[in-house]
Amino acid sequence: MGNGFKKLMRTQLVIPLFSLFLIIVFNLIRDVGFFSISIVTNNQGNPVLSGNLISILNGASAVAIMSIGMTFITSSCKGQDISVAAVAAIAGSVFVSVLRSYEITVPVIIYAFLLSCLISVVFSMFNGILVAVFKIQPMIATLILFSAGRSIAYWINGGATPTVSSPLLSAIGGFIPGIPVPTPIIIMIIFLVLISLVLRFTTLGLYTQVVGINEGTAHLNGINPVWVKLLAFVISGVCVATAGCITVCRIGLINHETLLLDAEMDVILAVAIGGTALSGGKFNLYGSVIGAYIIQALTVTLFAMKVPSAAVKAYKAAVIIIIVIFSSPVVKEFVVNLYKKMFKSRVKTPVKAS
Amino acid sequence: MKKNLLGGRTEKKPREPISNTNLLMTITVCTFVGMYAIAMIVWGGGFLNPQQFLDLFNNNAYLLIIACGLTMVMISGGIDISGGGITALVTMVCVVYLEDHGGTVAGSFLISIGIGLAFGLVHGILISYLEIQPFIVTLAGMFFARGMITIVSIAPRTATHEGFLRLKQLRVTIPGVGYYGKTGNFIPAKVEPGVIVAIVIVIAIAAILKWTRFGRNLYAIGGNSHSALTLGINVKRTKFFAYVLAGLLSGISGYVYLLHTGAGDAANATQAEMQAIASNIIGGTLLTGGVGNVIGTLFGMLSLKTITNIIIASGLTKPYYQSITTGLMLCFFILLQSVILAVREKGSFRLLLPEWLKFGKTGGTKSG
Repeated sequence: MGNGFKKLMRTQLVIPLFSLFLIIVFNLIRDVGFFSISIVTNNQGNPVLSGNLISILNGASAVAIMSIGMTFITSSCKGQDISVAAVAAIAGSVFVSVLRSYEITVPVIIYAFLLSCLISVVFSMFNGILVAVFKIQPMIATLILFSAGRSIAYWINGGATPTVSSPLLSAIGGFIPGIPVPTPIIIMIIFLVLISLVLRFTTLGLYTQVVGINEGTAHLNGINPVWVKLLAFVISGVCVATAGCITVCRIGLINHETLLLDAEMDVILAVAIGGTALSGGKFNLYGSVIGAYIIQALTVTLFAMKVPSAAVKAYKAAVIIIIVIFSSPVVKEFVVNLYKKMFKSRVKTPVKAS
Repeated sequence: MKKNLLGGRTEKKPREPISNTNLLMTITVCTFVGMYAIAMIVWGGGFLNPQQFLDLFNNNAYLLIIACGLTMVMISGGIDISGGGITALVTMVCVVYLEDHGGTVAGSFLISIGIGLAFGLVHGILISYLEIQPFIVTLAGMFFARGMITIVSIAPRTATHEGFLRLKQLRVTIPGVGYYGKTGNFIPAKVEPGVIVAIVIVIAIAAILKWTRFGRNLYAIGGNSHSALTLGINVKRTKFFAYVLAGLLSGISGYVYLLHTGAGDAANATQAEMQAIASNIIGGTLLTGGVGNVIGTLFGMLSLKTITNIIIASGLTKPYYQSITTGLMLCFFILLQSVILAVREKGSFRLLLPEWLKFGKTGGTKSG
């Protein structure tokens, strides 16, 4: 039993699941109706789901998608990409500028999305080459696009905040007529399933972790660390473009200054809360996604408690500190030892075998 | 490199190679001097005015102080991104204390030090004793500070306390340096008291890093924390003090910022943490730790701000040009450092390149 508990403490999912559980319990105690979901009719006359739970799932989808890419980067490069939000602003600007030059139809949207993916992958590759080929710390390398990215978006937009509106776009950012679930949630699920299949049927996950844990060993075993790192940045580029386009569709305009503002910090937090060590190595994709939902759940809870929006950050920081204290290796060890001491009389220590 | 007094020849002793820290610092200093000299020749005007040079310090003394604290943390191999948040929090708390609670100037200064120390202590304990990643801890610190500002006061506040205003309007005249106004009268150049504080801090930290046991321990830990531990250095305590000092300096930086602007505002010192990191990188401090110097940081900050002045002087006034050039400049320095360090480590530039980029005579090892 002591061993089982120890094993449980060692798994990466325990902290994110536990914190999500705590937030849910806290909300249920505070207000039983917090998680009630109702069906309302939106202004287009379609029945849609509504409620805090839906708004948590919906609001976190952009950060959750970006955290998938960030997990790969964190795991393989032992560092974080702080330019994701700026690159998302660039991708969103490309998306909008293509949409504004044509009549908005489904093929045009797909074309615009693919083009913004391409641009975003190019910018991500710039980061990737600095990190993988020139061996620069990821945080430093991405500081370049962090400071210049939004200005490039400004330049693409020509200094304005152009708007786009079409029923097709609001279907992507909001609801598809006839389906009561918000489309960003569906896109998020599709993304997660795709990545899970890739991880299940290819060696991508193994290669990424090997490069993150020991680059030299990976090299000796015939894995080229440069390609693995570049691939992580390509995946991140696609994720970032998707997140940027979803956000543009949701709000119907591109504002290079405020699009996904401070999202890079939320994404890195999501990865850290999700149990992936920021120093690279073993990763947990589902943990990162759960981390994104934890952050959004926290924000929605604070808003529901009538905390002013500017002060939310302070409370968020306090909760995050508590979460990371519990996930700290020192505290974990302490808890395990405490547990052992408490149950020493009852649990026989297993015989040292194998 | 010791010079012989008589002949001026270098001694025959085998020369000790210049350390990475000094090499990177020399590059930064040369770049800044070269950049400023070119600006003086090409654009003249404002760049020839000593006051404009001193204004670089007047406007950015707070940034210099944050960056100095960050240098120590970065040398030890960590990161602290809470500087801007703490600075802004200190400005707001001090103004509210001076205005609403009848505070004194000395009291407000003590408060700024107290806030900085409190943040530094918490960061230090969490990072070095509980082994939590520094990025996350200081990110939370930044969020907390930024959030607390709006809890203290949502509206921006301006200080009207008499004693404080006297201190704020105090200027230190530099003898013998100045410029001629339009009517031909000599106007001496002035600096704010905050600049004196910043310069004293730079010198103090340079001395700490160079001559104290704590400073040398920081380099040892940043170079290889495991070897440092086996050498008997108390790694945890040294790291702890680095974060405490960084927090304390952020607090002082807040007071200097307040002396410069005289207002508490949630938007104060936005992006200061990223600019501080950029100053450090340009100044030759590596995020991997073990390499760096505060003198380099000083020139890194000056380069970062001079390039903005040059962009404005050359007529590119659109705001996006400034951040794009800042990005390009960072890119240049980062690549330069990467190449230089790789060359020094491996002895040749070719080895830095990946296999498929190697062409020419030797062509690397061919796979069979």
